[in-house]
Amino acid sequence: MKRVTLFAGHYGSGKTNVAINYAMHLKETGFNVVIADLDIVNPYFRTKDSIEELNAKGIRLISSDYAGSNVDFPALPGEVYSLFDNTSEYAVLDIGGDDRGAFALGRYRDKILEENDYDMFLVINKYRPLTKTPELCVEVMKEIEEAAGIKFTGIVNNSNLGDETTLEDVLNSKDYADAVAGLTGLPIVFTAVTKSLAGAGDEFFKIKLQKKVFEED
Amino acid sequence: MGDKVLMKGNEAIAEAAIKAGCRHYFGYPITPQTEVAAYMSKRMPKIGGTFLQAESEIAAINMVIGVASAGYRVMTSSSSPGISLKQEGISYLAGCDLPALVVNVERGGPGLGGIQPSQSDYWQATKAGGHGDYHNLVLAPASVQEMASLTIKGFELADKYGMVAMILADGTMGQMMEPVEIDDIEIKTVEKPWALTGTGMKREHNIVNSLYLKPELLEQKNFERYEKYAKIERDEAMFEEYLMDDAEICLVAFGITSRVAKNAINEARAKGVKVGMIRPITLWPFPKKAFEARADQCKAFVSVEMSMGQMIEDVKLAIECKKPVYLCNRVGGMIPTPEDILSKIDEVGGAK
Repeated sequence: MKRVTLFAGHYGSGKTNVAINYAMHLKETGFNVVIADLDIVNPYFRTKDSIEELNAKGIRLISSDYAGSNVDFPALPGEVYSLFDNTSEYAVLDIGGDDRGAFALGRYRDKILEENDYDMFLVINKYRPLTKTPELCVEVMKEIEEAAGIKFTGIVNNSNLGDETTLEDVLNSKDYADAVAGLTGLPIVFTAVTKSLAGAGDEFFKIKLQKKVFEED
Repeated sequence: MGDKVLMKGNEAIAEAAIKAGCRHYFGYPITPQTEVAAYMSKRMPKIGGTFLQAESEIAAINMVIGVASAGYRVMTSSSSPGISLKQEGISYLAGCDLPALVVNVERGGPGLGGIQPSQSDYWQATKAGGHGDYHNLVLAPASVQEMASLTIKGFELADKYGMVAMILADGTMGQMMEPVEIDDIEIKTVEKPWALTGTGMKREHNIVNSLYLKPELLEQKNFERYEKYAKIERDEAMFEEYLMDDAEICLVAFGITSRVAKNAINEARAKGVKVGMIRPITLWPFPKKAFEARADQCKAFVSVEMSMGQMIEDVKLAIECKKPVYLCNRVGGMIPTPEDILSKIDEVGGAK
């Protein structure tokens, strides 16, 4: 396992949910974990929304003061550089959606490449319309790589239809994920499902969905 | 049937507009609406359409006037402060009888307000936000699926009546993700003999204009427009009823609050309280007939709103003040909870 794990991908593919759960998984496995919110695109649905749960688990959170504050500022905290100074911590980086979000990585690219101990995972969802075919997904992937200046090393299949996701929907995404893997030569690292999904076996990475911003009930 | 996809409400509006044949989008980013523009910027270049981020909201609405004059389906989108900026252009569209779709994904106000959801642009949308005597068709979606279906409906109504159709969605609707199906549709176009498409030296010049130098003519034009509005009020009102057959208390809500209200109704019904809901889908025309039918049946009405009480006036008018109408509201980006609504139901005499 690499010291730095980056999650990037199409807008709304589920990067934040996957990244937080991955950080918790690392922590439970016994690693010293820090998670950084590098989203400069979206003022809602941020890593910081889960700050209490992360703190309770002893996971350090690096996040802009403006995240979750309703101040709609694309800002990155200086503290992000501590990720690269303190190499005793395992770092999980939650990157903003699409190439627009990945531009934020530009300023950390040299440090990440120099240390050369990272994985960058492409989070994919077959059921998002702008990445609904493997070809469209690869197009978005290339745009992100170009903006970030870093190449992906693996794929996380997070195909879902929100609350209505069935196990069949997840299984039906396998061919799609395999096709993305085939087109890119990248391995599928894991397939994520929510913990609540009935019938999902141990072959899946089980994630606990983070609180939505607008809960109805 | 198409395949289900997972979309944000804002994305569903954009995709549905493309399905409806809209190939011209002009906008300017503002939270919580930005995904409409972002989606269009990705899709329009691939289908030979135009995505243009204008230098301002005012520029964008004037570009809409241009394309609408040429007879093409066209749209712009923004959130509350940006919609205020567009009002001059919307009045000009009304004065020229031009069809266009305007999307308002509302946030808290007034002023810059905040980026959390709101419904406090109800008056602006339904009572003519710009100058002069006019109406917009106003559609209020309550799900991501309706963000799509009402966008298509909005284009059709706009073309049918030569008017601005406005999607009035609260920020929640724009930001929430739900599975949707947006099928390819048969595009219902109407003839636009007035469009500025070039004479081909075969006809007189068309003129699209809202300036009238003779007051008699301008008065006549206003009279004609209001005859059209009367027909729309008669024919186009849309609403949904929820558990109204035996309801003694009638909640009135649209958008996200109608979903919260449904939860509250289910809880109240479990305790034996006879409460139901009328959900206006068109806010203009306001579905008055639905209320006339229930004014005698119900003992009280509760307008559930994310404003200081704007729709409540239309509810009172629709029932001709025959019964008391109460307000249950949160503002500034806050959303009423089912508990807020339940306690209001208790307060107005719905306690079992």
